Amino acid sequence: MATLTIDGTEIEVEDGITVLQACEEAGIEIPRFCYHERLSIAGNCRMCLVEMERSPKPIASCAMPVGNGMVIRTNTPMVQKARQGVMEFLLINHPLDCPICDQGGECDLQDQAMAYGFDRSRFAENKRAVPDKDFGPLVETHMTRCIHCTRCIRFVTEVAGVEELGATGRGEHMEVGTYVEKALTSELSGNIIDLCPVGALTSKPYAFNARPWELAKTESVDVMDAVGSNIRVDSRDGEVQRVIPLLNEDINEEWISDKARFACDGLRRQRLDTPYLRKDGRLVPANWSEALAAVAERMGKAAPERIAAIAGDLADCEAMAMLKDLFTALGSPHVDARQEGARLTGGARAGYLFNTTIAGIEEADACLVVGADPRREAPLVNARLRKRHSMGGFRVGLIGEPVDLTYRYDRLGNDAALLTDIAAGKHAFCDVLDAAERPMIAVGEGAFARADGARVLGTARAVAERFGMAGDGWNGFNVLHRAAARVGALDLGLVPREGGRDVEGILSGAENGEIELVYLLGADEFDTSRLGAAFVVYQGHHGDAGAMRADAILPGAAYTEKEATYVNLEGRPQRTARAVHPPGEAREDWRILRALSEALGKPLPCDNVDQVRARMAEINPVFAGIGSVEAAAWEPFGEDGSPDPGPFGTVVDNYYMTDPISRSSETMAACARAFLSPAEAKTGTDG
Amino acid sequence: MGLADKDRIFTNLYGQDDWRLSGARRRGDWDGTRALLARGRDTLVQEVKDSGLRGRGGAGFPTGLKWSFMPKESDDRPSYLVINADESEPGTCKDRDILRNDPHKLIEGALLSGFAMGAHTAFIYIRGEFFREAERLETAVQEAREAGLIGPDACGSGWDFDVVVHRGAGAYICGEETGLLESLEGKKGMPRIKPPFPANTGLYGCPTTINNVETIAVVPAILRRGPSWFAGFGRENNTGTKVFCISGHVNDPCNVEEEMGIPLRELIEKHAGGVRGGWDNLKAVIPGGSSVPLIPKSLCDTAIMDFDGLRDLKSGLGTAAVIVMDNSTDVVAAIARLSKFYMHESCGQCTPCREGTGWMWRVMERLVRGDAEVEEIDMLLAVSYEIEGHTICAHGDASAWPIQGLMRHFRDEVESRIVARKSGREAAA
Repeated sequence: MATLTIDGTEIEVEDGITVLQACEEAGIEIPRFCYHERLSIAGNCRMCLVEMERSPKPIASCAMPVGNGMVIRTNTPMVQKARQGVMEFLLINHPLDCPICDQGGECDLQDQAMAYGFDRSRFAENKRAVPDKDFGPLVETHMTRCIHCTRCIRFVTEVAGVEELGATGRGEHMEVGTYVEKALTSELSGNIIDLCPVGALTSKPYAFNARPWELAKTESVDVMDAVGSNIRVDSRDGEVQRVIPLLNEDINEEWISDKARFACDGLRRQRLDTPYLRKDGRLVPANWSEALAAVAERMGKAAPERIAAIAGDLADCEAMAMLKDLFTALGSPHVDARQEGARLTGGARAGYLFNTTIAGIEEADACLVVGADPRREAPLVNARLRKRHSMGGFRVGLIGEPVDLTYRYDRLGNDAALLTDIAAGKHAFCDVLDAAERPMIAVGEGAFARADGARVLGTARAVAERFGMAGDGWNGFNVLHRAAARVGALDLGLVPREGGRDVEGILSGAENGEIELVYLLGADEFDTSRLGAAFVVYQGHHGDAGAMRADAILPGAAYTEKEATYVNLEGRPQRTARAVHPPGEAREDWRILRALSEALGKPLPCDNVDQVRARMAEINPVFAGIGSVEAAAWEPFGEDGSPDPGPFGTVVDNYYMTDPISRSSETMAACARAFLSPAEAKTGTDG
Repeated sequence: MGLADKDRIFTNLYGQDDWRLSGARRRGDWDGTRALLARGRDTLVQEVKDSGLRGRGGAGFPTGLKWSFMPKESDDRPSYLVINADESEPGTCKDRDILRNDPHKLIEGALLSGFAMGAHTAFIYIRGEFFREAERLETAVQEAREAGLIGPDACGSGWDFDVVVHRGAGAYICGEETGLLESLEGKKGMPRIKPPFPANTGLYGCPTTINNVETIAVVPAILRRGPSWFAGFGRENNTGTKVFCISGHVNDPCNVEEEMGIPLRELIEKHAGGVRGGWDNLKAVIPGGSSVPLIPKSLCDTAIMDFDGLRDLKSGLGTAAVIVMDNSTDVVAAIARLSKFYMHESCGQCTPCREGTGWMWRVMERLVRGDAEVEEIDMLLAVSYEIEGHTICAHGDASAWPIQGLMRHFRDEVESRIVARKSGREAAA
């Protein structure tokens, strides 16, 4: 501990922190532009200058480590003058175009200019103008506004791990850019918009859409992947305008992935806003009572073993609980949520969670990734792995396709036999795991989506047990889920009961006529042509693959339109909030199922959402602990025996289009064009 | 007064003799180096301390003290000596002649200094424009290596020592010590924030001392002839000999090694053939390279050329590059040109320097024409004080001082030019 005096008050702080942090602890706000607690220290904006006793010059508080007996003054004329000077310098070449700047109203420079700026300019020369850059379809640039704080450069280099931004030129000709014009290829690139303290980097899709003070702000949870990033949904006029991250140290820190941020325009397109019924081969709008009656008639008539349900990747837990209870009441065991076919059966929670937790990655000292591409399946888990990697002493091995994870790893190959070898201690990477005190293994969803998936799981468990990943106080066994609904579905037991069919069984049953009705709860990620002659009910919010094939459509609500529970890959139940109302006739999903049960004459005993949640907690007590993670007990899971040799497949081919919302998003389509089809991509020389 | 030939350290400053190893040996270099090393690390540091040697790169920090900041015991990190041969200060050309004509003095100094601070490697960062000098230096390093003077078991002392010559690419800011380290590491030459200081975390994160060429090159002579010999020149706290670079409006511009504390007038008249048109034709002198404030003739008459003497005149010894301006000089335009230089060479990371140097230059350009308001002079000074002391490195200070010096001593001239233009008598200015 160090004791220092700040503005006459003595304060005791930890060693190793900076003067700026100490001032914050003392409750004194220090203005800053370049400093950011999650990035390296640049010390270049000079806004945070404070006076230090025995130093003739003011010091940059962001870069000065605290020392015992330091005397700091933050409110002297010298400090005030220094800050005013820096502010004046920042403003002389900054265009005063706040009225047409998207940052207006949430601009650090604007705010601090109110505190430290002059009311008129002494600068009589011409202002600098800088050509704008093209960073791709997400980030809009107005480089004339740049104040050269280099936060974006440091973020892209340090956190995102792609060295694509830098400063060229010297002095007042210094420019931030990509050198050779190109789009930023990080799936975290949108975060530089938040980091930019001025309007130099703004959101391209959101450009000129709204002012911050016009927006209704709703704190919610992202469902574009299984990470469960905390977000704030900003809406106006009943439409989601943008999504920005919320701080959650345990999950996403203060970043979100580009899909979470930019897919929200998909919420406005391809929406199902009224029930439909197929008549003479065409979907015809219907009202709710007609639609529910038609569905209830088909469901009621069919024998219980001839109806089945598949829950999709974006389904919320309330709806899934209702779906399961409804099918139980009808007597059908054919309910499944694992569209990709992962052989995870629920049961022992440790067997399907990311047990280490995302924040826990920072404690690990070695990692084996199996059959996954964390960068595309869970970008923020990958960012945490990269963060841990940059701390040093963290070897990563990968069994899977060669991918760029933004950090160095040992590529062991892509064969399930390698996992068997490691479980048997017969692989060179075993030395790394042996030497590690807290090793971890992260197995992707894709690794279980094969006939011997249960043996993959069993072998992964064997690896965990062999290398002390399942010891006291440390659980290094992790499943890397991709779908937001999956862990919740497994917690609720949306897997076939005794004698039930899984997704593959349902589809083959539909093909050969053994299943005559399939209920899709937002399920689109399978080959709908295999549904054969079955009567298909689609409940969901987007006109995607499932709705195209459906015979009856019951319009549901998207994640921004309902207060619903999702469990992230760590097993952390979290709740979204309603930012806007569902469009048209669309309704909250659990209510639709409740109404359908009524129409079926088997009313579910839940009349309000509290009762639904009580029922969820009855099925699995984890739902009682919103926001927290409970360590899962180490119980048997998976099957003994070695998996068959052969490569693991990939789960995500197109990161930008993985669900009905992102597939409906024009922004995501532009990204897919820019990043995934090189022939069409702008090269920088085509004008 | 005046330095006797026998007391000169740089005996081949003018290149009349052979610069190679054989010539250097004839002049006394590499003579008994092993015995000097045998005195031990602490003795060497102490002797340099006793000599009162202050850094010759401009800031004048006591060299022995700087060395003593280096760790005595290694924590597994190597220590490095980095020699700053990125001599770019306008008006300064002393290191160039040392590199060109006496490279072995530098190499021997590198070995002795490196040994004194526990470094096995010295990097010499040489200015990219010094192309021939770099060739000679590399040849000299090769000669020394072949003769066993450096390399494994240098001079038979048991100390392994090597010298790496690295060429810069022509940026002034890479002569700032931490900017130099960044450049040497292959990065953009942007000065680092201090702390941590290089003696703790320098090149590649290892303890590093950065010294100027001249500082290192005088070390062998100090050790050979004794600290008291060196301390016998000049005044207390400003000891030793110094290479002065005299340029501008003098009859014979030259580099000359002289005793510290020589009066400015004597220096110019004795070695540079006097001011063009006589001493009374003198207008002003920039006594220590472009970064230090100029002094007008009235102060030049009695100016003493050492650190403290010039500091008392609110200027500085800097690199001891004496830029002489006679009465034909448009002193405003001269300083405006320096402002342009500092704008052009600002690295761009700190706000005050990046934005302020361009602002000052633009105002200076208008002041040259008189196209300004009288109040803008004070505004310009205010801007210069907003830059000074508010940046990571001293480039901001260096850009501010020449303007402050101009306004301190020639404000009348600037004002009268503004008034003249306003009254339509521009020609008078």
